[in-house]
Amino acid sequence: MDLSYYPGCTLKTKALNFEASAIAAMSVLGVNLIEIPRWNCCGTVHSMADDDLAHHIAPVRNLVRVAEQGSNRVVTLCSFCYNTLKRADLLMRNSPEKRNTINSFMDDEIDYNGQVEVVHLLEVLRDDVGWEAIARQVKVPLEGLKVVPYYGCTLTRPQEAAIDSVENPTVIQELMKVLGVTVLDFPLATECCGSFEIVSDPGAVIERAYAILGMAQRKGADAVVLSCPLCAHNLGQKQAEIADKYSDFTGMPIVYFTQLLALAVGVSPEVCRFDLNFGGVEALLRDRGLIPERV
Amino acid sequence: MRLSVGVVKKALVIGGGVAGIQAALDIADGGYQVIVVEKTPSIGGHMAQYAEVFPTLDCPQCILTPKMVDVGQHPNIRLLTYAEVQRVSGEVGNFEVEILQKARKVDHTKCTGCGTCWQKCPEKVPSEYDAGVADRAAIYIPFAQAVPAKAVIDTEHCRYIKYLEFMEGEKEGKKPPQCRICERLCPAGAIDWEQEDETITEQVGAIVVATGFDLMPIKRLPEYAEDPDVVDGIQFERMLCPGGPTAGVVRRPSDKRTPKEVVFVSCAGSRDPEHGVPHCSRVCCMYLAKQAMLYKHAVPDGQAHIFYIDTRTTGKGYEEFLQRTMAEGTVYLRGKVSRIYRDGDKIKVMGVDTLSGKQVEVSADLVVLGMAMLPSVGTKDLAARLGIATDEQGFLTENHIKIDPLESTRPGIYLAGAAQGPKDIPDSVAQGSGAASKVLGLFAHSEMTPEGLVVG
Repeated sequence: MDLSYYPGCTLKTKALNFEASAIAAMSVLGVNLIEIPRWNCCGTVHSMADDDLAHHIAPVRNLVRVAEQGSNRVVTLCSFCYNTLKRADLLMRNSPEKRNTINSFMDDEIDYNGQVEVVHLLEVLRDDVGWEAIARQVKVPLEGLKVVPYYGCTLTRPQEAAIDSVENPTVIQELMKVLGVTVLDFPLATECCGSFEIVSDPGAVIERAYAILGMAQRKGADAVVLSCPLCAHNLGQKQAEIADKYSDFTGMPIVYFTQLLALAVGVSPEVCRFDLNFGGVEALLRDRGLIPERV
Repeated sequence: MRLSVGVVKKALVIGGGVAGIQAALDIADGGYQVIVVEKTPSIGGHMAQYAEVFPTLDCPQCILTPKMVDVGQHPNIRLLTYAEVQRVSGEVGNFEVEILQKARKVDHTKCTGCGTCWQKCPEKVPSEYDAGVADRAAIYIPFAQAVPAKAVIDTEHCRYIKYLEFMEGEKEGKKPPQCRICERLCPAGAIDWEQEDETITEQVGAIVVATGFDLMPIKRLPEYAEDPDVVDGIQFERMLCPGGPTAGVVRRPSDKRTPKEVVFVSCAGSRDPEHGVPHCSRVCCMYLAKQAMLYKHAVPDGQAHIFYIDTRTTGKGYEEFLQRTMAEGTVYLRGKVSRIYRDGDKIKVMGVDTLSGKQVEVSADLVVLGMAMLPSVGTKDLAARLGIATDEQGFLTENHIKIDPLESTRPGIYLAGAAQGPKDIPDSVAQGSGAASKVLGLFAHSEMTPEGLVVG
């Protein structure tokens, strides 16, 4: 199955491990992620201002690129890109007046009328590939690994853009169980990581990250599994500072769901780029005998 | 020619809660026959579950039980408990109703309510009356003041019934024990394994529907943990009740310790269109204030916190009651609770205090959710059988919301209590009496000309 794929900026810079592991794992599962041509910034955040239509041009233009590719479906990996594209699509579907204004502004392009379905990779795994098919491809069951799922905000909010239950999503847990991973109950799975406050108020992000990671540690988790590069950054990058401030915090590996999926379906660990992860994922996987010792 | 028809001067009241009880007593006292049909083995309804009732803190045992006994003993009232209305035909003045009398497996003409059977029955199941915070036997009366105080056998859980079903089905596996302890010990010889469901047909002139409410199940709010120490308002009533399973000593379900920090959450489900319930449940502000007060009386060194959107205390004496709760030390926090989860020994409650503009996190021992009031389970089916309308939430629709709130959309069928919309006890009683007066007005005529019935 070929699927149009929108990467977004982070996947080409800080989250190379996310992209590489996803493409490799999906290829094992028989899904080719075809990068759309001439993609641009996703728009970063969905503007809620009623008259701020210029803000939606970036995501809509990306959807136009998908249509130009002859595709009616686009998949994203980054949760933020998913949210921005999905909500731009909903806006174009549900507001005829705004749709007309935006389409008139982009007069070099074909009109966008909601002809593209925006999905997140977790939805593709759950709804298109299916857990049973994934289970059949698992070559290295990740037994002995205990994780907590972390969704952050953009996968499940607002309700109309949610890929799963808003309050109690389970898709990551379901995937992890298929891979042989033990999933622990995690009440803070949809808490805020601090998001863009990392730019203006890093101290607030440290507090958020400590609340989330500290709970993961108390629950006995080996790692936090997530799908958002910004969450990965906020929960990962400041761990040394958290440990300085809170002596009970000893570090927490942060891993993308695609990396564990890739490892489990037999993709080489080198492709997964665990060296780019925060919190000592390589050491953890080596300790569990899931990747070979360094030579 | 307009056709006159005779009026059958006998009424049917469906539901034996406080609204139905009041309606039945008023019609019976007016001199007419009344049949009361109650789904559970006893009348009393939710009110019988409460510890004490606002704003005067009297106990239902003092104020409700006498009315229940009156219903049980009134010469004009025929009480059918453990029964349900199955079919209604005819029209105002001349309804024919079919009532299903569920098999009790106990001959009520012999049973004396002595209690031997339910004390000795070895099978225990969660008690509906105690809202699951305590168990009852498989042969039981729901509570000590039940009317009638006569046992029924819960055929879903009775060991001997299971044995009979096993033998009949020739199933594989372990044979259940034959038990029959109740039969051996019953001094009145009242156990009757042969008793079957029975259909009773009655002619009535008017019907009062008073089927009440149920609370929204906690699991419909996935952001609040499913945890033994997160309970709903009725469960906490049972935990506070001096006649309840812990004799009024407040103990949390998980480890039976007395909770020192209790958080109450108003509008849990109510006023929340995202969860499909836009309406205000009307009673939660008051009963949570009452429960916080009773908790403080029971645990003087305990702390109660109430999260609220705003407090709605519109009844007589209600605002004064709320002020007293506040003065006695309950902390009111104006804001919603975003998440409730277990963290070790504690239940973490994350919320916001919109007055100080700060996020609040309380480490509680017990959380009480003022869950939304919904029409009682089965209301929609019953309404369909009666041919009357329900609203979006499933509450029974009145003929006119302002000027005809007692009459349903079908002539001769009247509404009372929380089945029509969330209501407190005074309003339920008033509406019960109101519906009764409608029935008495109808019964003042020997003949009537139904609208639209024209012959020739």
